[in-house]
Amino acid sequence: MGPSAALDITIRELTKAYGPVRALDAVDLDIRAGEFLTLLGPSGSGKTTLLMALAGFLRPDRGSIRFGGREVVRLAPHKRDIGMVFQNYALFPHMDVAANIAFPLKLRRVAAAEIARRVEAALAMVQLGGYGPRRIDQLSGGQRQRVALARAIVFEPRIVLMDEPLSALDKQLREAMQIEIRQLHEKIGSTTVYVTHDQREALTMSDRVAVVNHGRIIQIGAPRDIYERPNSRFVAEFIGESSFLPVERRDGVWHHGGTALTVATEPAGSGRHVLMIRPERLQLVGEGDGAGGHAGRSFNRFGGVLANVVYQGDTILMQVRLADGTPLQLRQTVRTFGAALPERGAAVRLGLAPEDTVLIAEDREGAR
Amino acid sequence: MTLPTGSAATAPAGDCNAAALRRDHAFERLALFGLAVPALVLVIVTMAIPTAWLFWLSFVGDDGSVSLVNYQRMIEQPSYMRTFVATFQIAGLTTAICVLVGYPLAYFLSQLPERVANLCMIAVLLPFWTSLLVRTYAWLVLLQRTGLINTWGIKAGLWSEPLPLVHNQTGTLIGMVHVLLPFLVLPLYGAMRAIDRDLLRAASSLGATPSQAFAKVFLPLSVPGLTAGGMIVFILCLGFYVTPAVLGGGKVTMVSNRIADNIEVFFNWGAASALGVVLLVVTFALLWLAGRLARGVDLFGGGHG
Repeated sequence: MGPSAALDITIRELTKAYGPVRALDAVDLDIRAGEFLTLLGPSGSGKTTLLMALAGFLRPDRGSIRFGGREVVRLAPHKRDIGMVFQNYALFPHMDVAANIAFPLKLRRVAAAEIARRVEAALAMVQLGGYGPRRIDQLSGGQRQRVALARAIVFEPRIVLMDEPLSALDKQLREAMQIEIRQLHEKIGSTTVYVTHDQREALTMSDRVAVVNHGRIIQIGAPRDIYERPNSRFVAEFIGESSFLPVERRDGVWHHGGTALTVATEPAGSGRHVLMIRPERLQLVGEGDGAGGHAGRSFNRFGGVLANVVYQGDTILMQVRLADGTPLQLRQTVRTFGAALPERGAAVRLGLAPEDTVLIAEDREGAR
Repeated sequence: MTLPTGSAATAPAGDCNAAALRRDHAFERLALFGLAVPALVLVIVTMAIPTAWLFWLSFVGDDGSVSLVNYQRMIEQPSYMRTFVATFQIAGLTTAICVLVGYPLAYFLSQLPERVANLCMIAVLLPFWTSLLVRTYAWLVLLQRTGLINTWGIKAGLWSEPLPLVHNQTGTLIGMVHVLLPFLVLPLYGAMRAIDRDLLRAASSLGATPSQAFAKVFLPLSVPGLTAGGMIVFILCLGFYVTPAVLGGGKVTMVSNRIADNIEVFFNWGAASALGVVLLVVTFALLWLAGRLARGVDLFGGGHG
């Protein structure tokens, strides 16, 4: 299978209401040709609704969907030429593996010999060579998922949609399949829209992640942008762990309580902000300034008491209560410490580098 | 490694509860089996014993000795053959009409939202709430020469002479389809509901038109339900009595009518029993054949998950 000419997808003002609930609220989204874009959001956020609208299974109230410039919003699903992978695989139980994969080819009146060749190639691609004559109920969950993948790509669709395809698999298999699907995507090169509620999966697989909530796209960007520069409290909380410190601006400087903060970048907007802190970006620092091997660096410093210490194997999670009562989380690799872990109730000082400060406006979208 | 002293002191002796746990398991199995006992007794008393008795009677001749005279009569008298042919013909036709009417109905119901479908299902099942005899006579009122349908049809100028709608095979078929349709629709509807809608979505995303998706995915997956419903209708038809007796007007003689005649008119239990046995055997043979033809079909199960 050679790389097919991928199509870009342009979505404009796509709206779908169920009574008072807006499952899609005037969504604008540009998906680049050949990219792997993940729609990430909690359940009920509208991500699946958006995918169903792309596939043609759901008729929106208004809006436009264009595949490579061609308007498809009124086009029936079978005319859209989309490969789709369903959450429950949706393999035809009355056909064997080969017949399932051959299904789209037969509909396209491909010659029998060519069908056989392409089915075998697709099976090889998902590492199921020789599985053609198997019945579907003889396959494990992971194998079914691979058959579903093979069926979705065998006719070389220029757009592939995936609806939480790995959610039914156990953790180890899921993580292996994430890498595999990503490699498959690089081989076939079609534009891929992937829906998940698993933030780690989204970060692992995607070129770009679109975070969806309340039928709107809250933020879209590369995994690293989304994780390190979330534009809202919602995105920060949904992706990864985070603590939030209330801050205020006095005399042109951000303060947390009485402590002046050094920040790397000023937020664009004005109004109320919070300081977002990722637990792994916080460090324990010694009492004296510049101590703890970080001499010369101007850390933002916070004093507090260890409220809880949780050993989690690779890391240790520490819950710190600051002097003013604000809770803060800190995650350290275990080898930072010797045999003795710090104890609950100990006084600690925490340091946060200016480049790790992220100021987030409190009243942004998605915080609702 | 030494055990902590506390655990050694409390360790159970011997088999470590194995015998007691086995006893508990056996008791639970027995209790579960107990639930089936009333039904089992009922089946034995009302089914197995009478059937065995009839089977025995069929081999008893008119003079009380063991003989094959009852079966011999069935072969020698052509009227018996005609009865069997008529019975299977009516059963086949009724089943075919039920499938033609019931499949689209079940499909329609299966596509409705579940709550609406349940309401419609009540409408389908409503006939069960009135007596079979009342319903059959109601058809007589509708279908006879001076009945509602003929009166209205002639008034509307659709036809000029009263149509022979009843006291014949037509009337029998109308009545039987009416009575038996729910028996087809219920298992079929169940099988259709069990078909995952994502399968049809998958088919259409892969390029199937709605009619292709129906023919290649929905129809094959609904076949088990269709077979189950069709079998139930066909078998119930074979034993039908009231409807052919009332709506057939004496012109339609099915096996059960013949059995009734043998007992009520001729007091010949042997002949009646032999008819019953032959019907049972032929039915089993047909079911076996149908099972062979539609291999892997689960007679009373739903569709694939």
